[in-house]
Amino acid sequence: MATSKVEGSSSLRHAFGGVLSVFILLLIGVVAFSIRLFSVIKYESVIHEFDPYFNYRVTQFLSKNGIYDFWNWFDDRTWYPLGRVIGGTVYPGLTLTAGTMWKLANSLNIPLSVETVCVFTAPIFSAFAAWATYLLTKEVKGPGAGITAAAILAMVPSYISRSVAGSYDNEAVAIFALIFTFYLYIKTLNTGSLFYATLNSFAYFYMVCSWGGYTFIINLIPMHVLLCIVTGRYSSRLYIAYAPLVVLGTLLAALVPVVGFNAVMTSEHFGSFLVFIIIHVVALVYYIKGILTPRLFKVATTLVLTVGIAVCAVVVAILVALVASSPTKGWSGRSLSLLDPTYASKYIPIIASVSEHQPPTWPSYFMDINVLAFLVPAGIVACFLPLSDASSFAVLYLVTSVYFSGVMVRLMLVLAPAACIMSGIALSEAFGVLTRSMKFHITKYFECSHTEAPAKLGESTSTESSAPLENMTKSDTTEKPEVARKEKVARRKQKKEKELTENAHVKPVSAKKEKRPLVLPLEASIVSVFLLIVLGGLYVLHCVWAAAEAYSAPSIVLTSHSHDGLHVFDDFREAYAWLRHNTEVDDKVASWWDYGYQTTAMANRTVIVDNNTWNNTHIATVGTAMSSPEKAAWEIFNSLDVKYVLVVFGGLVGYPSDDINKFLWMVRIGGGVFPHIKEADYLKDGQYRVDAQATHTMLNCLMYKLSYYRFVETDGKGFDRVRRYEIGKKHFKLTHFEEVFTTHHWMVRIYKLKPQKNRIRGKSRKSKLGSKSTSSKSGGMTHKNPWN
Amino acid sequence: MICFRLQQIFSYHEREREGFRAFAVSLSIDSNSTFTPIDHRSDGMDRRLQFAFVLLCLGLLSSTARSDLVVSKAERLVDLNSHIVRVLSKLKVENEGPDDVSEVLLALPDAQAKNLAAIRTFYSDGKLGFVLPTEPIEPKGMPSDVTYYSIALPKKLGKGKTVSLDVLSIFTRSLKPFPEEITQAESQLVVYTDNMYYTSPYPVKYQSLVFRLPGRVESYTKYPKVELVKSELRYGPFEMQPAFSYSPVVVHFENNNPFAVANELVREIEISHWGNVRVTEQYTISHGGASLKNGFSRIEYQARPYMRGASSFRVLIAKLPARAHSVYYRDEIGNISTSHLWGDSQRTQLEIEPRFPIFGGWKTTFTIGYSLPLHDFLFEADGGKRVLNMTFGCPLDEVLVEKHIVKVVLPEGSKDITVATLFPTKQSEDVKYSHLDILGRPVVVLEKDNVVPEHNLYFQVYYKFNNISLLSEPMMLIVGIFLLFVACIVYMHTDLAISKTSSSYLEKLQWEEVQATVQHIKNIFDQYLAAHDKLESSLRDLSRSGDVQSCKAARKAADAQFKELAKELKPLLTFLQSCSQASSILPKIEELVTKEKEMQEKEMAKHTTVVDCFEKKLGGKDIESRIASQQQKLTSLKQEVESLLDSISEI
Repeated sequence: MATSKVEGSSSLRHAFGGVLSVFILLLIGVVAFSIRLFSVIKYESVIHEFDPYFNYRVTQFLSKNGIYDFWNWFDDRTWYPLGRVIGGTVYPGLTLTAGTMWKLANSLNIPLSVETVCVFTAPIFSAFAAWATYLLTKEVKGPGAGITAAAILAMVPSYISRSVAGSYDNEAVAIFALIFTFYLYIKTLNTGSLFYATLNSFAYFYMVCSWGGYTFIINLIPMHVLLCIVTGRYSSRLYIAYAPLVVLGTLLAALVPVVGFNAVMTSEHFGSFLVFIIIHVVALVYYIKGILTPRLFKVATTLVLTVGIAVCAVVVAILVALVASSPTKGWSGRSLSLLDPTYASKYIPIIASVSEHQPPTWPSYFMDINVLAFLVPAGIVACFLPLSDASSFAVLYLVTSVYFSGVMVRLMLVLAPAACIMSGIALSEAFGVLTRSMKFHITKYFECSHTEAPAKLGESTSTESSAPLENMTKSDTTEKPEVARKEKVARRKQKKEKELTENAHVKPVSAKKEKRPLVLPLEASIVSVFLLIVLGGLYVLHCVWAAAEAYSAPSIVLTSHSHDGLHVFDDFREAYAWLRHNTEVDDKVASWWDYGYQTTAMANRTVIVDNNTWNNTHIATVGTAMSSPEKAAWEIFNSLDVKYVLVVFGGLVGYPSDDINKFLWMVRIGGGVFPHIKEADYLKDGQYRVDAQATHTMLNCLMYKLSYYRFVETDGKGFDRVRRYEIGKKHFKLTHFEEVFTTHHWMVRIYKLKPQKNRIRGKSRKSKLGSKSTSSKSGGMTHKNPWN
Repeated sequence: MICFRLQQIFSYHEREREGFRAFAVSLSIDSNSTFTPIDHRSDGMDRRLQFAFVLLCLGLLSSTARSDLVVSKAERLVDLNSHIVRVLSKLKVENEGPDDVSEVLLALPDAQAKNLAAIRTFYSDGKLGFVLPTEPIEPKGMPSDVTYYSIALPKKLGKGKTVSLDVLSIFTRSLKPFPEEITQAESQLVVYTDNMYYTSPYPVKYQSLVFRLPGRVESYTKYPKVELVKSELRYGPFEMQPAFSYSPVVVHFENNNPFAVANELVREIEISHWGNVRVTEQYTISHGGASLKNGFSRIEYQARPYMRGASSFRVLIAKLPARAHSVYYRDEIGNISTSHLWGDSQRTQLEIEPRFPIFGGWKTTFTIGYSLPLHDFLFEADGGKRVLNMTFGCPLDEVLVEKHIVKVVLPEGSKDITVATLFPTKQSEDVKYSHLDILGRPVVVLEKDNVVPEHNLYFQVYYKFNNISLLSEPMMLIVGIFLLFVACIVYMHTDLAISKTSSSYLEKLQWEEVQATVQHIKNIFDQYLAAHDKLESSLRDLSRSGDVQSCKAARKAADAQFKELAKELKPLLTFLQSCSQASSILPKIEELVTKEKEMQEKEMAKHTTVVDCFEKKLGGKDIESRIASQQQKLTSLKQEVESLLDSISEI
């Protein structure tokens, strides 16, 4: 009776297992979503940081004006007086996704605000990304590894840092798109189905829409194809997986306005075309090999090789000449800094000035991927047992992303899924081996007891205990990738049959020992399982801590814990709200570019420069103004129609990322375009300081004055809590600017340019009578004004 | 017909400390009185038409009748503490003419009348106080730059009788800042202009005027009969002034009380019959006083906030109804963290601080939202109707609302909507679509300009609503999800192939058939295994009871079953052999069959041995040793069969 029960349950086991894994995946989705809500619970449902504000503003525009106006949107509220063509310079994936979600909710009469949808887009897509990881890892190494990888990805801190609720940035959807594209590529590779190949192109299209990081895909997949060809793994499946992707994918990518002809013109894409050619040559070679006799084939090879090498040399020479003729060698600055980590700091200060473009430090690896760093090598080993097309892709993905993460801390995000997949494989394999050996030992124990027990009782126990053993053997085989290739299946079957025949002849216990070389001692496996669980627990603890403490702060509102409880610093929004309500709609606000997106989105005022750093000269102009003396700065700002100047000052409350700390970059960027600004003038003995020993230029520049205006009156000494010393110049007056607003903690200070008549005071009446244009022109003609 | 009886303690603004009287008013509203605001306008029109008719007919007579009235005493108290000016005129009106008079006229100079936000007349006959209807009219033959209001007396005033009336008139925008621009350090000075004499179409026998001031007085109109005592400026008393006496009086004084003006307030009251009333109030607040010049200096504001920045305000207090919960305070860029909430069983008090202190001319916007328990505000009314009873005005203290819009969002499916307010408002209707609505929720929109705290009175919305419609949305969800599942089931069970003759389709069909066959075979083998189990259990029974006969019977039955199963299996196997697609499974199944055959033999052999042994009465140990090898083979065979079955079922 017992046997039949086991039989019945084993037939149910599949259905049950399916339901269980669906349920687990659902829970993983819930975890991925809810671990990212710490920011909403601890702070509020608000858009975070800088770039998300821009995306939010674009989404608002999209939801208000519709898709066609969005494509044609010329934004005149930023980069004054140049403006910016938003529709053509923005990756629209995120905006369109959130806009669609909003529209869908509203068409069902669910009154969600655009802001709410934007805030929760990232957590929703994290759940999707976890599911996509499951699919990808399942293709690589089976569903067990898939579920483990999905669970790990759901809470990997590196990904959390970019996808907490409110972090409405491109990466939020792009990581999902990245993983999903890889999944479809592997799926096509495993099945050879044209259907999946087409889907893959669409996933790639979505990725191109979402993030500039799509170049990673279009370089990684060709690399893998090349690897497969070189290692002799070429197959028609590989061709189907790659050729449609290049053709369809490139066509689709060219549809995205921001990419356009870049999809065929820049060298980031050349690799894929080269491999496209190679794969066709290889396909041709395989075809010819099939129809020719081996001898004839050898002759043909030598003939083709001699001609081919000559032609290739010519083509390569032309290509190199073409590429070399362009100033950046066809590569964009950000991509070049990927290949050569020192490129940015040498040539492009504006890229180097962003902290997320710096190379990461070792602690940040531990912070961002934690124990995965130790599991990854094990995962690589597991991928080589046995090496399939899919697992070689996983290894390649990991290796390249490790390199890129070493270049730019921001690309740690690309490493995270790879690390999760590898760790998932490692953990799942380890658990597989350990539990299998535990089960085996337990079975053995039962078998032993059965020989001592009376026969009739022993019979039933043996049947009962042997059933799970059999199940286990089977589960062992199912864990292997479910590749639908017939030869593989057949091979497996043969192997199994062999095992079974062996079984029949030898006594069961010894047979099993021979069959499984991977059996570990019972104690060791119990301890290891325990240790693995502890490791996993530590990882979860770390992730929760990281999500709750490290990555949830929205950065527009700061909190500090003091003895009398929580203290909230909401100065940024105070300033933006003031600007929004108490200045004219068309007033221009100048600030360092960091605050550009926030100013346009929250204060709804026109800014001179913003975080889309597309025009270095314009940014350099603002940098120059900030580092010039008051009068020269006034002239620059006045020529730009600026009415208000906004500076961020942390000296009163000790907010370290204020403008004084960023000031050196303003000098550098300004000096890069306008040579009269020299970095050396601002440094005393090679040191950057604003205390009594600071240089005269430093103490008289606009940024210093706007930051420290009347600061000494707060404590009588002018002690700066960020720099931890007293400031150099304490008492001074502003002649060309007037303070109009300072926030509660002095973190944002807004100044107004004094009207023009102050400037021409004291001049002769005659010059006053001269036309206004000449007077302003003569002001602009001075060599210090870079704007003319 | 009395629709609604409202017992209301209504005090205007709780200013008892300043000597203002609180009135306990019992209002009985009846649909025919001018106070029934449902058809308020038409009633007013009727009155006016009637009045014109009376004027036409009686002409001179009516005017003489009016001039017969005399104000025997008029005491005016002008409260200038806040930016909302409240003038309380205590009048004693005497009828010196021969005829009974049923109405008393009030007059206001046009300059003042355009700033009038509310006018209300209180009449007391000993115990109970009444609010008398006070209506603007345009009588003929009177000076034209004056606006008139008529008070309908509750009973006619006979010859020589006097009546006491307290008229409260509330003016907005009457304090003009002078100078109009001040720096942060300066105090705000304002000018108030009024008539020194009580403006009245009747002669005034005795009158006095008192200004109550918040602080220092810069200057005031000098006059023999004036005295300044602390914060009170007293003019008068004046005796025997003719009708429409006029002499301007100007007071220039310091007033740093918050000049909070809400340029627009949209109150949305959304009723959910699940037990919640949600109120959302969107404010655009500005400072209506002297505007700030020369920028704002935080250091000065922080060092001496009461001197440097005295004219600004940074805190507003909202008095919310009791049991308000889920309170939030935010603006378009997120939550505003500077707010405090206190509450007891009587009321909830919300202290909000805008993001920045509001100086003259500055502006900000924010939203306050809160939820209230439904049963405090929604009642059953006659005729199966429901009535919502809520306050109309703005819950903020001393705020003038220039444009006040109240939207009452009723649940989807409400019908027969009527509104009752105590003062005229502009009404319109709208539809709002919210959570899964199909028809939309009816919205009653009430608009009124210049709303002062005195307008914070209850208003009623009557509507019909069927409780069944509450369930419509949950039912819709349930049906939706049900349909989704049905669609899934239908999709799984329908053949959506376009071409029924294509090779791949036929292959698929055949494959399905193969699968069904394999399943059938599997079932048969399960039965085999069950039969084996039965045999085993019969052996066990035998060892317990020693009943050899029943054991033999069991074997016979098993034999019969094996034969039957073999018969059943045969056609299935031949089918599989004929099928090309089954080639991958066939070897396995064939192996299964042979293995099973072997197992059958072994089982039988074992059975015979055991039964023989029992018949020979051999000991348990003996039997065991005899069947030990068979037993082991059987076990391994059984395992193999099971694993084969498993691998088959995987297909």
